[in-house]
Amino acid sequence: MQVYLDNNATTIVDPKVEELMEPFQCQMYGNPNSLHQFGMEVRPHLKQAVDKLYAGINASDDDDIIITSCATESINWVIKGVYFDHILNKEKNHIITTDVEHPATIATCKFLETLGVEVTYLPVNENGIVGALNVEDAIRPDTALVSIMWANNETGAIFPMKDISRVCRGAGVLLHTDAVQAIGKIHVDMEDLDVDFMTFSAHKFHGPKGVGGLYIKNSQQLTSLMHGGEHMGGRRSGTLNVAGIVGMAEAMKLAKEGLKYELTEVKRLRNKLEDALLEIPDTFVVAPRELRTPNTILISVKGVEGEGMLWDLNKRGVAASTGSACASEDLEANPIIIAIGSDSELAHTAIRLSLSRFTTEEEIDYTIKAFTESVERLREISSSDL
Amino acid sequence: MAKSDLIGGELWEAYSNKVADRMDNPRNRGAYTEEQAKEMGGKLIIADYGAESCGDAVTLYWVVDEASDKILGSKFRSFGCGTAIASSDIMAELCLGKTVDEAVKITNLDVELALRDDPDTPAVPAQKMHCSVMAYDVIKKAAGIYKGVDMESFETETMVCECARVTLGTIKEVIRLNDLKTVEEITNFTKAGGFCKSCIAPGGHENREYYLVDILAETRAEMDKERLGSATGTEADFASMTIVQKLKAVEDAIDKDIRPMLIMDGGNVEVIDIRDEGENIDIHIRYLGACSGCAASSTGTLYAMESVLKTRLDDRIRVIPL
Repeated sequence: MQVYLDNNATTIVDPKVEELMEPFQCQMYGNPNSLHQFGMEVRPHLKQAVDKLYAGINASDDDDIIITSCATESINWVIKGVYFDHILNKEKNHIITTDVEHPATIATCKFLETLGVEVTYLPVNENGIVGALNVEDAIRPDTALVSIMWANNETGAIFPMKDISRVCRGAGVLLHTDAVQAIGKIHVDMEDLDVDFMTFSAHKFHGPKGVGGLYIKNSQQLTSLMHGGEHMGGRRSGTLNVAGIVGMAEAMKLAKEGLKYELTEVKRLRNKLEDALLEIPDTFVVAPRELRTPNTILISVKGVEGEGMLWDLNKRGVAASTGSACASEDLEANPIIIAIGSDSELAHTAIRLSLSRFTTEEEIDYTIKAFTESVERLREISSSDL
Repeated sequence: MAKSDLIGGELWEAYSNKVADRMDNPRNRGAYTEEQAKEMGGKLIIADYGAESCGDAVTLYWVVDEASDKILGSKFRSFGCGTAIASSDIMAELCLGKTVDEAVKITNLDVELALRDDPDTPAVPAQKMHCSVMAYDVIKKAAGIYKGVDMESFETETMVCECARVTLGTIKEVIRLNDLKTVEEITNFTKAGGFCKSCIAPGGHENREYYLVDILAETRAEMDKERLGSATGTEADFASMTIVQKLKAVEDAIDKDIRPMLIMDGGNVEVIDIRDEGENIDIHIRYLGACSGCAASSTGTLYAMESVLKTRLDDRIRVIPL
């Protein structure tokens, strides 16, 4: 049996999404910027897609939702755009983010540091989040931007964005939240949360890879990254990925419609899996359930190294992931795991299981068995004292 | 960067079948107890190496016949990835039947070679080589325990790159012989720094005593100093130079600061003799071309020349034109 439990890495495209995308490859293939019939027939579909995106996150018509190639591009744009607008002119020179952001955020900040920008990387607590007070303490008169993820990809931990927003508004500082792991998993409503910029990626909520978005509140200023011309209101150039946009929009709609199911049934399956795995002695899960997205488990199995565990799971057909150094190309442990840091051993023994609305009860039951067997075999080989 | 670097993420695809096999079915996993060792007629040696916090740990169990120093039994336990488990399994196997002294000669290169499917294809990707290093480190620990010595005593040379087993001596030699200027060249010539990359610079996966960046800088500084040292002595030593060296130094100074201007005006100057008169050092010159017969040859030009040589070489210098 093949069980896919790595949905925080990427997701299957919903068949309804694929069906909607298909005509735009070989039938309605015109460039949406063309004057002729081939362009004309595509445009209404794009407009409809845009409507779905706005409805999906409850954005106002005065806001921009710019379509990009991915969340990484969107994140790069926010951070570098703020640099162009507020730091290059020496008005400000400080950015606040956290230790556990996605590499897109961290690497871009590190790059700006080489240009002389000061960056504060707030450490997380044992639940894997930072509090609004931590952010408040870090804000300086020269802070240009606060960039904090809504939910973390490794742990599933949910950040207190409402409180953080209040703090940033009070201080008059721009706020960006990376919502890649939030869409389709928790309540995302831009009327409910006051932020300047919000980034997301289609392939995390059953849309296609290669398309993402940047929400810009009130269409405010943000110098472009992708210059060219006319696309996306002149803000982000590049021939529109029609199939991708149509796909992402439908995926967004389905994500919103499926949120109830996610918060009830997917959560139930996740909890069933988690409870069963916690029955295995000497295991623990990072971050309390109430503070986590409904689909994620980050579990540490004492005495069993992460890559070895993934190997055994893979042999049994179960796909998961780990923050263990051994499984990465540069041998460095996932910084998020180190940042949570209760035990440096965690860096090498953590397995991440992430469900989706496509996960079945049968798959969960099978995984419980496969996981338990793998742990047994590897603990027999292990040199650890157990 | 090139085509082969574009699509990364490969790891398990690069494992040999042997690695996969030893990971799935390790042949030598387990432990020995004191009773079992006694039954086998040998001494039980237990050595551990590494730590869970590092992501790699192994415990090696030997039963050694004290009369012949032969390893009668060899088993292992390991906390680690597929490469670590497979390496430890092969390592334990390679020890069997050898004497402790023979076992100590086993290196991580032997372990990796034993894991290859064919002699030309590495068993694991480059960054995983260091897992096999730990497998062989534990042999040294076990041997140390058996002989009652420190495991460091088995390492005769200073190893800079553990994964490729490149010594400090080799790296320095290769830099000199091939006039290497970058760390990348060192890696191309010796393989050092091509695997786990910890030995390249501080801040890598593990801390090291020696780093390639430092060795390169130091060796090149030594090479530069040697090159400069073979030229004429420094200004400070002018008085103690031999006559030939003095001449070279004077010519050098004139070439740099005086001759170009004279040539521009159609003239030149020739050094005839240098005489150390004690209180003064007299440099006898002859003007050539347009300089001879020029009024400045006994005033401006002369003073300029003298000033240059006094400042550069020795305060006692006088320039005496013919």
